[in-house]
Amino acid sequence: MTERAIARHRELGLTDAEYEGICDRLGREPNAVELAVFSLMWSEHCAYKHSRKLLRELPTEGPYVLMGPGENAGVVDVGDGLAVAFKVESHNHPSAVEPFQGAATGVGGILRDVFAVGARPIAVLDSLRFGELDSARSRYLFDWAVRGIGQYGNSVGVPTVGGEVYFEAAYEQNCLVNAMCVGIAPRERLVRSAAAGVGNHVVLLGARTGRDGIGGASVLASAELSEEDASKRPSVQIGDPFEESKLVECCLELLERNALASLQDLGAAGLSSSSSEMASKGRVGIDIDVSRVPLREADMEPFEIMISESQERMLAVVDPSRLDELLEVCDRWDVRATPIGTVTDTRRLRVLDGDEPVADMPVRALVDDTPLYDLEPEQPAEPLYAEPPRRIAPGAGVEETLLALLGSPNIASKRFVFEQYDSIVGSRTARRPPDADAAVLVLAHDSGSGALAVSIDGNGRRVACEPYTGAAEAVLECARNLACVGAEPLGLTNCLNFGNPEKPHIAWQLTRAVHGLRDACLALGVPVVGGNVSLYNEGGGGPIYPTPIVGMVGKLPDPAALPRLGFTEEGHAIALVGPFEPSLEGSELEKLRGGLASGLPRVDLQAQADALVRLRAAVRQGGLATVHDISDGGFLSALAECCIAGGLGARLEPLTGDDAGLFGEGPGGVLIAGPPEAVEAVEGARLIGTVGGDALEIGDGLSIPVARLREVYEGAIPGALATPAPAAGSD
Amino acid sequence: MKFGVVRFPGSCDEIDALLACRRFGDAELLWHKDRDLGGVDAVVVPGGFSYGDYLRTGAIARFSPLMESVIEFARAGGPVLGICNGFQVLCEAGLLPGALLPNRSLRFVCRQLHVVVENPDTVFTRACEKGDLLSLPVKHMGGRYYAPGIPEEQVVLRYAPGQNPNGAQDDIAGVSNAEGNVLGLMPHPEHAVNPLTGSADGGRLFESVAMAEAPGSAGRAGFGVVPAG
Repeated sequence: MTERAIARHRELGLTDAEYEGICDRLGREPNAVELAVFSLMWSEHCAYKHSRKLLRELPTEGPYVLMGPGENAGVVDVGDGLAVAFKVESHNHPSAVEPFQGAATGVGGILRDVFAVGARPIAVLDSLRFGELDSARSRYLFDWAVRGIGQYGNSVGVPTVGGEVYFEAAYEQNCLVNAMCVGIAPRERLVRSAAAGVGNHVVLLGARTGRDGIGGASVLASAELSEEDASKRPSVQIGDPFEESKLVECCLELLERNALASLQDLGAAGLSSSSSEMASKGRVGIDIDVSRVPLREADMEPFEIMISESQERMLAVVDPSRLDELLEVCDRWDVRATPIGTVTDTRRLRVLDGDEPVADMPVRALVDDTPLYDLEPEQPAEPLYAEPPRRIAPGAGVEETLLALLGSPNIASKRFVFEQYDSIVGSRTARRPPDADAAVLVLAHDSGSGALAVSIDGNGRRVACEPYTGAAEAVLECARNLACVGAEPLGLTNCLNFGNPEKPHIAWQLTRAVHGLRDACLALGVPVVGGNVSLYNEGGGGPIYPTPIVGMVGKLPDPAALPRLGFTEEGHAIALVGPFEPSLEGSELEKLRGGLASGLPRVDLQAQADALVRLRAAVRQGGLATVHDISDGGFLSALAECCIAGGLGARLEPLTGDDAGLFGEGPGGVLIAGPPEAVEAVEGARLIGTVGGDALEIGDGLSIPVARLREVYEGAIPGALATPAPAAGSD
Repeated sequence: MKFGVVRFPGSCDEIDALLACRRFGDAELLWHKDRDLGGVDAVVVPGGFSYGDYLRTGAIARFSPLMESVIEFARAGGPVLGICNGFQVLCEAGLLPGALLPNRSLRFVCRQLHVVVENPDTVFTRACEKGDLLSLPVKHMGGRYYAPGIPEEQVVLRYAPGQNPNGAQDDIAGVSNAEGNVLGLMPHPEHAVNPLTGSADGGRLFESVAMAEAPGSAGRAGFGVVPAG
């Protein structure tokens, strides 16, 4: 190996051993095009080389699963001949470098994953993490990531119906932007990505190919962030939602006509990954002629064309007899369509520049026979994360503590965020934020086939306290949100956002968290149908909190019987249900007090799963007006949220609980309200008070007007964003 | 009664509008490259981001072949309803006075709010009384209506006091042409035709059009519900 060759592969993110591995598989040294392609295909982002073994432990089978991990998106059967496709994916590093385009293209990418299997996207959800809002950088990333998500989702005509946002110092350098898309399709229209039919055309659909996003998967997604990240901005792709909206309609029409043999989106590593993955799944080869690819800039090199991550492109395989029809449909939608290659029986990815071969690689070496590394997990002896600064006075009373929690950006109203998203386009949204704990979308416009409930959840701080329990709790939280609207979970998707897995302590977090996910999924009987892994989330300040994000889709029979999150009527009885043993470990109050526990109380997964079955049945009875999961900020915060959402007060018996009882967190607790007879009929309901008045009153000692609760809850995030930046160099 | 719903590339709410229209009559989509309106009795120009709206909102759509026919149809007295982006397109086409500027917040806003019916004497508000409150959603980034000197009778809908979401002049949410056969509004009546998804108040606008076309329904009509077609 020459000195220059060494420098080149290292620059592209490959180790010396990996370079040797490429030479072994090729039987020679790779040329420049091949090296570029391998560097992307063997990146963590594409090859999952540190996580693939671990992910095999997750349960992936279930009665409703139609497509599992490995396809563009997971798909479950929802009855009446309908299928629902969904997936969550990260766009963390691009968003940390350029939040608007990074977040926007994160949405665009996940939409393509869903319509690539033939489903019409009907909902987007987002899970976001930033540093604390007293940091100007975090305010900037938060503001512009939200604008980016809105700009893309709103313009493409898919509603953004839910999500979550947390602010923690551990995300200061490395924010997280995870986007989930849910789509719907007639079962018979589903299409797989395996290329088929030797001699078939390979057709590139959509946008021209440019230099944007060159090397995104290896440069951005598979290495830690550093000071020079502004110089990586050319690696961030630029989104064009108009092109995407035409592409969606065009692809769905082609699938409806049954004109395509297979379809795949172009994501990370562009043409390289889409073509080789299609060839691998179909056990075929593909020849691509880069000279036929429509370009934005005429002088692009073959390697640039092969790895460009220009957005809004799809790769279709089509029988020669259907090519004219495909071109005609694309012309009507003003979507560019260019035959750029053919399916072969060679099981090699060959790249041609006109007549001249410029790369020739075994598909197996690119997709299947890639490096796999064992994790070397080691539990840290010392805490990995600094304790947060104290934000609440020692000895604060119940009222002061409640207001501090409601005003903490993690708990406070996210109206600033969700009002920037179109949550209703498509006429399916029966529950939008902040109406319920899960978003609800009717399956058919006459509401005749029931409805879907969707939620996305994760709490990195709790996972940082204890990865196994924290990750299991994310699954439970998501399932509980679904149960609060009476939905049964059908499948789960996850995005594992962690630091550098080559570090033993991160490997330990990752391993423990995956085991927690696994055991919670097994207890609930919910399969994992797809997901994504985002590693190397570290900036100058160390690793992010380990943040497994869970997205879940469930079904409920009758959307007309849905409860709301807020109180609805004077005189309704309020009760607490579920196995709820709150503690301050990992709670928001612990954070405000400047603490970060090592360890969380054990959770009885089976008891939690059983309780959700009972809750779901109670909600489906239809008599409950209000159902709200107790989550961040504990019991009293949840009660305040019910008051604020409904504009009604509540009267409770005098308090007997301590801080842990009032503000502690843990899975299992749910508040319900409704006519007394309906509430009393719920098995295990513990009556605690009555809806009424315009204040939250507890015994004789505490009375806080709902208007005051709302002012604090609604004002926190706008107030934090209005904070003027400290004047530089002031004296 | 047949509604035609325009579909531009980049339209988002055309299917929603189609479904809403079908509650009150027949409805079909009209393709932007066609010139034929297919004999429809009323045209809906729906919301979305026509042609991407990367230039000024509605500025490109206004020149599509179909819009030439819509302009002709409107000038001949045909009922034309422009919703959100459709409102912007109708202003660009010169069928309605004024212009829609970026929201004062410079942010997209999606919110359920109330509008007040100011003028019930249009083809689109016949099923309403003056002063009726309608619960409708808005969702837009460029909805700040601006038309100095617009005659009061052309102001058909106003945001309820304190609920102006975008800084529109005089709280104006919807305006008609002088003849009253063209209405543009920023709120989305097509997203308010089913209580399950938020409200059914928007149906009154579609109902009004259907009533206006019904035999013997000259002039102001009551609150009668027109059966879905």
